[in-house]
Amino acid sequence: MFNFDWQKTKQEWFSNIHKDLLAGLVVALALIPEAIAFSIISGVDPKVGLYASFCIAVVTAIVGGRPAMISAATGAMALLMVNLVKEHGLQYLLAATLLTGVLQIIAGALKLGNLLRFVSRSVMTGFVNALAILIFLAQLPEFKGAGWQMYALVAAGLGIIYLFPLITKAVPSPLVCIVVITGFALWTGLDLRTVGDMGELPSALPTFFLPDVPFNLETLWIILPYSLPLAVVGLLESLMTATIVDDLTDTDSAKNQECAGQGVANIVSGFFGGMAGCAMIGQTVINVQSGGRGRLSTFSAGVFLLLLLVILGDWVARIPMAALVAVMIMVAIGTFSWASLVNMRTHPKSSSMVMIATVIVVVFTHNLALGVLVGVLMSALTFARKVAQIVRVTSTLDAANECRTYEVRGQLFFASAESFSRSFDFREVVPRIVIDVSHAHIWDITAIAALDKVVLKFRREGSEVTIAGLNEASATLVDRLAVHDKPDAMERLLQH
Amino acid sequence: MSQILACTDGSVYSSSVYDHAAWAAARMSAAVHVIHALDPQKESTSLADLSGSLVADAQQALMAELVALDEARSRVAQIRGKAILAEAERHLKEAGVQKISTEQRHGSLVETLPDFEPSNDLVVIGKRGKSADFATLHLGGNLERIIRAAHKPVLVASRAFKPVNSFLIAFDGGPSAKKAVAFAASHELLKGLNCHLVMASNADQDADFTAAKQQLESAGFAVNASIIPGEPEEVIAATIEQHGVQLLVMGAWGRSRLRHLVLGSTTTSMVRTCLVPVLMFR
Repeated sequence: MFNFDWQKTKQEWFSNIHKDLLAGLVVALALIPEAIAFSIISGVDPKVGLYASFCIAVVTAIVGGRPAMISAATGAMALLMVNLVKEHGLQYLLAATLLTGVLQIIAGALKLGNLLRFVSRSVMTGFVNALAILIFLAQLPEFKGAGWQMYALVAAGLGIIYLFPLITKAVPSPLVCIVVITGFALWTGLDLRTVGDMGELPSALPTFFLPDVPFNLETLWIILPYSLPLAVVGLLESLMTATIVDDLTDTDSAKNQECAGQGVANIVSGFFGGMAGCAMIGQTVINVQSGGRGRLSTFSAGVFLLLLLVILGDWVARIPMAALVAVMIMVAIGTFSWASLVNMRTHPKSSSMVMIATVIVVVFTHNLALGVLVGVLMSALTFARKVAQIVRVTSTLDAANECRTYEVRGQLFFASAESFSRSFDFREVVPRIVIDVSHAHIWDITAIAALDKVVLKFRREGSEVTIAGLNEASATLVDRLAVHDKPDAMERLLQH
Repeated sequence: MSQILACTDGSVYSSSVYDHAAWAAARMSAAVHVIHALDPQKESTSLADLSGSLVADAQQALMAELVALDEARSRVAQIRGKAILAEAERHLKEAGVQKISTEQRHGSLVETLPDFEPSNDLVVIGKRGKSADFATLHLGGNLERIIRAAHKPVLVASRAFKPVNSFLIAFDGGPSAKKAVAFAASHELLKGLNCHLVMASNADQDADFTAAKQQLESAGFAVNASIIPGEPEEVIAATIEQHGVQLLVMGAWGRSRLRHLVLGSTTTSMVRTCLVPVLMFR
């Protein structure tokens, strides 16, 4: 039921006005480089990314589930659109953005946000590291064919970004970096690539229009293969970022509302000529660090972004790309989990493997969705292997040498079935065998087949076999599927 | 043995909350459980860092800083809370309450209350709290939400406690007002006090009103009942003033839900304008 709670709304929006507005301004500065850089990479005008950032920030501020999280046009999403833009053009990208939004709303309604718990810590670390590497790699083309001036200016920019906070933390150092480098470039008249060279910048507020594509099945089949990974990656990054904010601020968020919120934001973005986006880890951390806690921070970040561009458009066009590259390298460095490199020595090898596999798949495919899929599969397999290892079968012989009791402990399933079967001594001659599974759990038909085989094998040796202590869950499975307690046991076993 | 839940936040209304709780405890021969909710107000924790720069492992670094900040603040809040509860215990003991227990909880009062409600028979809370905004005549931020969520009667303490000899039931015929009448008729809290029953209405007669009056009379009250034309807020406030009534009893939300949406509730404005404690039912 829709339950409007004015107190809560007030709390989420207006409990932290001054700091939210300041943080919004700081974040707006960090949004511009990414929106511009990744618009270029996906092959569209910077305008598309900037309109998207505005729409998505403003809409998620209103309908998202996590106050203080920053969503906008992101690199993770942009990299998935490259081929679509190349082959079909901008209008299809806008249509794909709309479909992405619809898919995300459906995901929110189906509460798929809860599935995030299957994404292990290692996969998340891999995701973050891969993202940072992608952001960094995306800056490299800017250096291609550029002279030493480019390298020098980027180095100087990074110097300003990291050293200026030592003097004062009251002024955003990326802003200082952008202003100083732009001033320097204009003063010396160096021949540098500027933002204006990259394509059209926004000169007015975005307007509503429908993507110019035929609305038929053919279009759907073109955009669906792009929209699906876009929706998945968008939700993954958004939910992960939401968790980060939850931890940082020690508050809760509505994950499924966030899914739907991302969807609505993408739909709005698509209608106003923007590309699909999602939450941004780096910029969100900057927001929290700058004191942003409420929805107002996200909202104002979007509004300031557009104001800066519309009012200062001519000046923005003169910013050398070197300044933006420096800011993006900072975001990449800040997003990468350096601690994970140190942890590799102490963490279990399997976790490190999962993390590294996720990173490698992403870096080679530029598709975060594939990386996460591989990571999740690998962690599931590792988990199965580990759980399978804790099956223990111990046995005792009674005083009269008449009856041997095997006690089985652990989880019996496909991965542990074989080691389970091998733990019995079929050569021993005893009239009675008891297999006590009261401390075991039987999960699947592979385990049942294994148990069947063991029982029948003992019977062939002339022993009388009983199974003790099947717990209820195991018992239902065994009743339904096992053959050893049915008269035509031998024939049916052969069918397995 | 019944139990009264007294909610304190160390504000100026706290001592009045203790006095009201002690009064109710004496009448109901009940124990008093005092809770102090440590409302974290996390929003205000932040670093004065507008540098907008991300160092390596920015997230972990930020986490460590925020945790350290929160930790320091929570320590102070805990110590302060302990002092508040010690004062509450002293105050209640002095007021003659036999059984007193105290407890500190994390989280806001609104979140905390549902955990406690089932084991308590009456909730006592201050009309305004620490975070109240006097300038706008706004009620304690928590009050309305608490009453909305409460299933037990809530006694809203006024600024200072005055001995209660008489009470007035503001009747509007709504279900929660009927609940209030039923409580007054049956519960020992109000037994033997002077009873006023007032309804703001332009009609001379009301079947529900008559029934309520009879119910109270049969419970042994000498009921001073009247139907007065006018706006509820004004009528009730005037009657309270006129008769020097010390306690207002009312249903929290009456018939006019639509009106509430548009203008804010009669209940809230009544609690705000009347200077006496209010016993509310939902």
